Amino acid sequence: MNLLLEWTSAVFLLTGGFLCITGGVGLLRMPDFFSRVHAAGVTETLAAPLLLCGLMLRMEWSLEIVKVLMILVFILATNPTATQAMAKATLTGGQRPLVADPEAREGGPSSKS
Amino acid sequence: MLIAVAAIRMRDLFGVVILFGVYSLLTAVLFMDLDAVDVAFTEAAVGAGVTTVLLLSSLRLTRRWEAPPRHSPLLSLLVVGVTGAALVYATLDAPLLGDPSSPVHKHVAPRYLQEAAGEVGMPNIVTAVLASYRGYDTFGETLVIFTAGLAVLLLLGFGEETKPRIEPASMHEQVVLKTVVKLIIPLILLYALYVQFHGDFGAGGGFQAGVIFATGFILYEMVFGAENARGVMPAPLLPRLAALGVLLYGGVGIFSMLAGKPFLDYSALSADPVHGQHLGVLLVELGVGITVFSIVLSIFYALSGRKRRHD
Repeated sequence: MNLLLEWTSAVFLLTGGFLCITGGVGLLRMPDFFSRVHAAGVTETLAAPLLLCGLMLRMEWSLEIVKVLMILVFILATNPTATQAMAKATLTGGQRPLVADPEAREGGPSSKS
Repeated sequence: MLIAVAAIRMRDLFGVVILFGVYSLLTAVLFMDLDAVDVAFTEAAVGAGVTTVLLLSSLRLTRRWEAPPRHSPLLSLLVVGVTGAALVYATLDAPLLGDPSSPVHKHVAPRYLQEAAGEVGMPNIVTAVLASYRGYDTFGETLVIFTAGLAVLLLLGFGEETKPRIEPASMHEQVVLKTVVKLIIPLILLYALYVQFHGDFGAGGGFQAGVIFATGFILYEMVFGAENARGVMPAPLLPRLAALGVLLYGGVGIFSMLAGKPFLDYSALSADPVHGQHLGVLLVELGVGITVFSIVLSIFYALSGRKRRHD
């Protein structure tokens, strides 16, 4: 049982770490603001809870686990909101996403939240 | 240190502010590594949290790009280099960090560690030292925060009365942000209260709690606009709250004096001295929390109340 917990926690931690690294790579290498924000937001919103789950599996049953769980829920709630707010602010500021075929872009759906 | 060098060399002040936030976060991690949880908590809350927001809101009052320097930095570099070398030379004489045979660890620290449970009766020795053994210094800190807030208010004032300024139309359509923030703000305020009153047992205390409480209100003003925020927490109330916090702290001290004990000796507050210490620490931390909250929020009100500089 303990071995199972240890291996699961190790898998979670490694996956979370890998996702963080790929998020960082995406942040640096993507050509456009919107794709960068998307890369960082999606990968980090998954990576942080995975890392926290990996840590939770290593802790004994105590109040600390509930606290870490609360942090996890908080990150799940706020990270996508922050990403959306950033993207929306940029869109309002006038930047448009980089697309492959600019002619087909005009007349797209109006920006609703 | 890399981040510090980068922050100095950058011209883009927005990037500099973000780098300062990262620097504070790394310092908080460093403090955690040194097992100083309360300090790390305060550093993360203040440095990586509120200071970034306050610097950004002051950045909108000035230019984003730093003007190129008009004089050569060589003389300043020389002075800083000489001073830094002298300081490093002085630290060579200091005992190593954590050395158990240094004077700090042989007289003062063991006494606090052993006697705190009996004399003050709370598990968190950092709070015991901060609020009880060194309560006078903490009173000074609170007064410093109060004075800093007064200085900002004297220089900037609270800004014009709130007619909706150039309210960007997009804020009305921010349904996602408004919904999530409406859910999160009560939790932030509740967490701030938890940190305030839990400082006896875990990491926490007045400073962190005041900052987090102010963060809730800052978030409210950022998303829902200055009009709503100042309707909830009116600007003239804040200096009075700050004064109330300092008065609470000093009042506890004066009460102890009137009961015949030295200034800020909490054992005069109750028949049982340990209970008196508990009560004293509670009241004093509450005073600190109220002052920190109102000053941080005042500074934010002062900065956000100015018209944006049109460049």
